[in-house]
Amino acid sequence: MNPLERYAPLVDDRDAFFAACERPLPSVVRVNPIKAPRSRVCDAFDEEGVGYEPVTWNDSLLRLDERGPGTTWPYYHGWIHGQEEVSAFPATVLDPQPGERVWDACAAPGSKTTQLSALMDDTGIVVGNDNNLGRLSALRHNAERLGVTNLVVTHQDGRSFSLKPFDFDEFDRALVDAPCSCEGTCRKNPTALEGWTLNHVHGVAGVQKGILSRAIQATKPGGTVVYSTCTFAPEENEAVIDYVLENEDCKVVPFETPLETAPGVTEWEDETFDPAVTDTHRVYPHFNDTGGFYCAKLEVTA
Amino acid sequence: MTDERRVPEDESLEDNIGQQFDRLPATPDDRTVSGRASRKEIVDWWVEQYDVDPKIFDPFTFWEKGAGKIWIFGDDTSSPIEVEGLGMTVMRTRQRHWKPTMSAVQRFAQHANKNVIELSGEEAVRFAQGENIQYEAWDGDWGYLIVAHELAGSLAPIGVGLYLYGELRSTVPKGRRESLDTLE
Repeated sequence: MNPLERYAPLVDDRDAFFAACERPLPSVVRVNPIKAPRSRVCDAFDEEGVGYEPVTWNDSLLRLDERGPGTTWPYYHGWIHGQEEVSAFPATVLDPQPGERVWDACAAPGSKTTQLSALMDDTGIVVGNDNNLGRLSALRHNAERLGVTNLVVTHQDGRSFSLKPFDFDEFDRALVDAPCSCEGTCRKNPTALEGWTLNHVHGVAGVQKGILSRAIQATKPGGTVVYSTCTFAPEENEAVIDYVLENEDCKVVPFETPLETAPGVTEWEDETFDPAVTDTHRVYPHFNDTGGFYCAKLEVTA
Repeated sequence: MTDERRVPEDESLEDNIGQQFDRLPATPDDRTVSGRASRKEIVDWWVEQYDVDPKIFDPFTFWEKGAGKIWIFGDDTSSPIEVEGLGMTVMRTRQRHWKPTMSAVQRFAQHANKNVIELSGEEAVRFAQGENIQYEAWDGDWGYLIVAHELAGSLAPIGVGLYLYGELRSTVPKGRRESLDTLE
């Protein structure tokens, strides 16, 4: 059975949901203002004959007419980064400010990490952590190409992350873009669903709870923690938020977004979740012609 | 280039520890590790080789990890620090001719006024895919040059070329070579 069938009861328009999941994704790039302003990227695309259109909800994104971005001059110069449209969502929700200290707990391969650096005008510190050394090398490569200088790369297990290397003991903000069952990437990667098992969903949910808990502990009171995944599974989304609301010092912060979203669900199979999860956001592929996504914003309360 | 700058080894100083990031000393007089370039020598080198405004480096700190690899970091932190990466690689020292990285040239060399070689559209394509280019007309220094082309209204640095005996050798790393379109 297609694992996506289990989410049919959650979506408003079953046919539109399945139809969107079958379609390939548009090719989208994020302008990297650390190296070039949007206007210059557009001029360069015009010179090179690359067609594009703006993405209405986010000025820094451009949807390309045809090819992938890798063989364009702006890419070669590090003026752009190929990034799925909805993957640019959580960094905008975290809204890091120049000069802050920000933790990206699961950073590789670095699309969101380098976006955080860009939003901070490449000042302050972004600590980009990942537990996978191979993927860390992709993070380093992307950061170099994009000219990012405020990134510190660490190789730790996010669940037990230590600030010992640093001369500070808490972050202003943290992003947990968690490892997940990745169902929402089925448009980018048609094999994403092949290895799907419920056991994996439950296993990875334990890791997600551990990393998000550590992020809340490592962030200052009043600071912001954003949790995101590219899965539809409530076990990996609302259930994880429900867990940290119960066990850590934090609360859900409602936020508005120009993307079309659905509220988090309070019931799933035999479980019920804290009503606050209705202030978190589900993105289904047919809503904005993107991949699937989930995003929650938390404030650390103590 | 006439650049044969080397920081001499000094047995009275400490050995370099390659596994950690150490902040560079401010000046040669502050040096405590043998053979380590100082911040002043790094900045002076960029000014002498490429005539960049030294102020562009004011917000940054410089670090060494490994043997001679220098990193530029947009903030500051305690030194030494054991992490996997600290900012961006900026240049290679501890060799006879210091060499800037492609990343550093793309980020910092757009305002360079010296030792910048401007390629035509066709030459830029060949350079970007790693080919060497016959270039007899260059009358500037030999050595590591900033290679640039015109893109979207101004010169854009592509990478680092090694100029020797009428030839511009592409030093673009294998992982960054690309087959691109010729711009007219």
